[in-house]
Amino acid sequence: MKYLKESPSQTAGPYVHIGCTPNFAGIRMYDGDLGATMKRGPVQGEEIVVTGAVHDGMGAVLMDAMIEIWQADAAGLYPSPREVRGRADPNFTGWGRSAGNPETGLFTFDTVKPGQVPWRDGTLQAPHVTVWIVARGINLGLHTRMYFEDETEANATDPILKRIEHRNRIPTLMARKTANGVYRFDIVLQGVGETIFFDI
Amino acid sequence: MSEGYIRRDRDWHPPALHTAYKTSVMRSPRAAPLSFPTSLGEETGPVFGHDMLGALDNDLITNFAQPGQMALGPRIIVQGRVLDENGRGVPGALVEVWQANAGGRYRHKNESYLAPLDPNFGGCGRVITDAEGRYEFRTIQPGPYPWPNGPNDWRPAHIHFSVFGQAFAQRLITQMYFDGDPMIWQCPIVGSISQTAAIETLIAKLDMTQTIPMDARAYHFDIVLRGNRQTLFENRQEGS
Ligand SMILES: [Fe+2]
Repeated sequence: MKYLKESPSQTAGPYVHIGCTPNFAGIRMYDGDLGATMKRGPVQGEEIVVTGAVHDGMGAVLMDAMIEIWQADAAGLYPSPREVRGRADPNFTGWGRSAGNPETGLFTFDTVKPGQVPWRDGTLQAPHVTVWIVARGINLGLHTRMYFEDETEANATDPILKRIEHRNRIPTLMARKTANGVYRFDIVLQGVGETIFFDI
Repeated sequence: MSEGYIRRDRDWHPPALHTAYKTSVMRSPRAAPLSFPTSLGEETGPVFGHDMLGALDNDLITNFAQPGQMALGPRIIVQGRVLDENGRGVPGALVEVWQANAGGRYRHKNESYLAPLDPNFGGCGRVITDAEGRYEFRTIQPGPYPWPNGPNDWRPAHIHFSVFGQAFAQRLITQMYFDGDPMIWQCPIVGSISQTAAIETLIAKLDMTQTIPMDARAYHFDIVLRGNRQTLFENRQEGS
């Protein structure tokens, strides 16, 4: 059979927003930017807002990044045709995309707290969100996960968190609750407090 | 259960740190990424329907132009397939593209190149692959442009691609170059890919058979996304 190599990645560059969030970049296209909203109507479960920034190795906040998230709904179901365990909340897309605030660089996702999803062996993972970061200077999009600091019990038995050797880095994967329904999640690309990224 | 997606070949992709590309120096993680097999969260992903597309979304020559106007520059069609590593077409894949205009200028507030904007060119488009994984869009050939890195670095003419497959693990952003462009081999961003064979897969080939006579030339560019390991196993069984 014919086996092909994956196309090699190239940086998203400084103008990724022209292609992926043109309206944010001041180019009026389509019917708005894809991924700007994750809700088509009233959603099930706890609605939360996640906000944060991406920091470089000098501590500067990136102003030209693009963050995407993908997650299960409140019942732990993915809004995907490949989800065979049940039907996900029809009003929840599971996917969000944020260019970050043009003044502060802060990204924001208006979403729901995901339910638990089984790992490959059937054991339940802690509630988490898959996060993907691209920007100028990032040669291959970075995958990480956002867990929730207040899910202490579920986090303690999460099959991925359990296998992380450097336990002191686990907080880099935790969103902090800063108010009711509001979480803060910062991504550090390099150096002290460097986020754990995944080859997944 | 699925065997998950084939692991990324990190020697084929550019490393996070490529010092000749200066911005990567402070934006590259120092720790090695943690390896895990994919699970449901990476093996699923958002789905985009053809119904979300506007009639001009894949025509960059007119999708930003004033009525009756067109973007300036050499008219081209870019076409190809989105495939997975097992050689199968990926249907329903959203392909988003963006590029500079024919003079090498982007429509962006941070852009400082002296080349002028084209009032009829926005610089973005999108298309969703058909049942066989085919996509096509019409545009103008972008110009090369200088950029602040070394004292005199120029990007080869290129089009940026953002591609979704059927799984978030397949998510990919890359760039397409044009066959025969000598600037490809001088570019620090291209050079972040160490293997020449890998770079060559990003170079679109002129395809005169697909040209629209008296209108636009055609370039062919296939994109390969990660494949599922289960598929490999199935195929081996079929072949035995
Ligand atoms: Fe570019």
